[in-house]
Amino acid sequence: MAPASRTTTASSAAAFMNPYLAGIGLGLVLLASYVVMGRGLGASGAPSALVAVAVDSIAPAHARANEFYLDYLESGVGHPLKTFLVFEVLGVLVGGFVSGMLAGRFTKTVEKGPRISVRNRLLLAFVGGSLMGIGAKLARGCTSGQALSGGAVLNVGSWAFMMMVFAGAYGLAWFVRMQWK
Amino acid sequence: MTAPFYEFGMFGDEISLVVAFVIGLGFGFFLERAGFGSAKKLTAQFYLTDMTVFKVMFTAIVTAMLGLFYLSWAGLVDMSLVYLTPTYLLPQVIGGLLLGFGFVIGGYCPGTSVVAVATGRIDAIVFLVGITAGIFVFGEAFPAIQGFVFSTDMGYVTLPELFHLRYGLVLFAVVLMAIGGFYGAEVVEKIFARGTEGSRS
Repeated sequence: MAPASRTTTASSAAAFMNPYLAGIGLGLVLLASYVVMGRGLGASGAPSALVAVAVDSIAPAHARANEFYLDYLESGVGHPLKTFLVFEVLGVLVGGFVSGMLAGRFTKTVEKGPRISVRNRLLLAFVGGSLMGIGAKLARGCTSGQALSGGAVLNVGSWAFMMMVFAGAYGLAWFVRMQWK
Repeated sequence: MTAPFYEFGMFGDEISLVVAFVIGLGFGFFLERAGFGSAKKLTAQFYLTDMTVFKVMFTAIVTAMLGLFYLSWAGLVDMSLVYLTPTYLLPQVIGGLLLGFGFVIGGYCPGTSVVAVATGRIDAIVFLVGITAGIFVFGEAFPAIQGFVFSTDMGYVTLPELFHLRYGLVLFAVVLMAIGGFYGAEVVEKIFARGTEGSRS
């Protein structure tokens, strides 16, 4: 086994923030979103708008006959990509980059355990992402929009969703363990 | 009542996009600070060696929940203008399950994958492409599965309304649950983290 390496990865990278402090920070951002905008955070809405716009540009009649796409195409400030969720996710990208750079955690890498090849890890990343895309749309939100945002306003569907996310992940964890350790 | 500011027309749609970006900045910053740009750290939650996901998530939920409660109690936020996603129980239960599978297989969730992309994770780029593919599959299947997507409609409903309990009481229960959960998480972490370090104690 590897010698004295603790939970942090690279030795040059700064330690992560205390989880409770990071949680308070995240909670205050969520609170600010509710107070300023009257809505919570989200992450899966941005790729959804992107998919709707892409389908619309290739097959407009097909896209506009579909209520799911139409919903996204009809929202936005003059353009379906000029929405809260798209600009918020752009902010997440920049905010994550700034924090990562400040902490020396920017590393071009494929995250995986030692027992799986890069190719298989990327394959599983794609499979996991696809399942998540379908799941997030069925559930009307992901860990951000449902679990976090809906959890804080005691939304029934959000709490049911959150418990199932943990149940699903714990239920399958054993079967994919060689990917991580 | 003065908040939500946007709902009271304090700024327009164009400004709301700037606000969205700034909120996103904070969101992404704290996700990365917590270590959520790393698939290994995120998935360690499901092997009980690192309970950071649970700790951060529930601290955030409790913080925002208490903040909203006190602000609305003080008459500063009109909760009736705060957006609530309608509950469609069965599709949300199945969706949650699929999302949980996707989390442990793929290593991220949508928000954390964006942070991981921002900090150089190539697997997160592939994961995001997967999300987009999944949404496309859902979109194409939507006309066929529409009936299920809108089934078990419970409308806009909160836990206190469902169980006919006072809001403050449910809030208190969630806080207690979180504190108990944090204590449990610290204990579990000590037990399982020791296991992965072999002979080190």
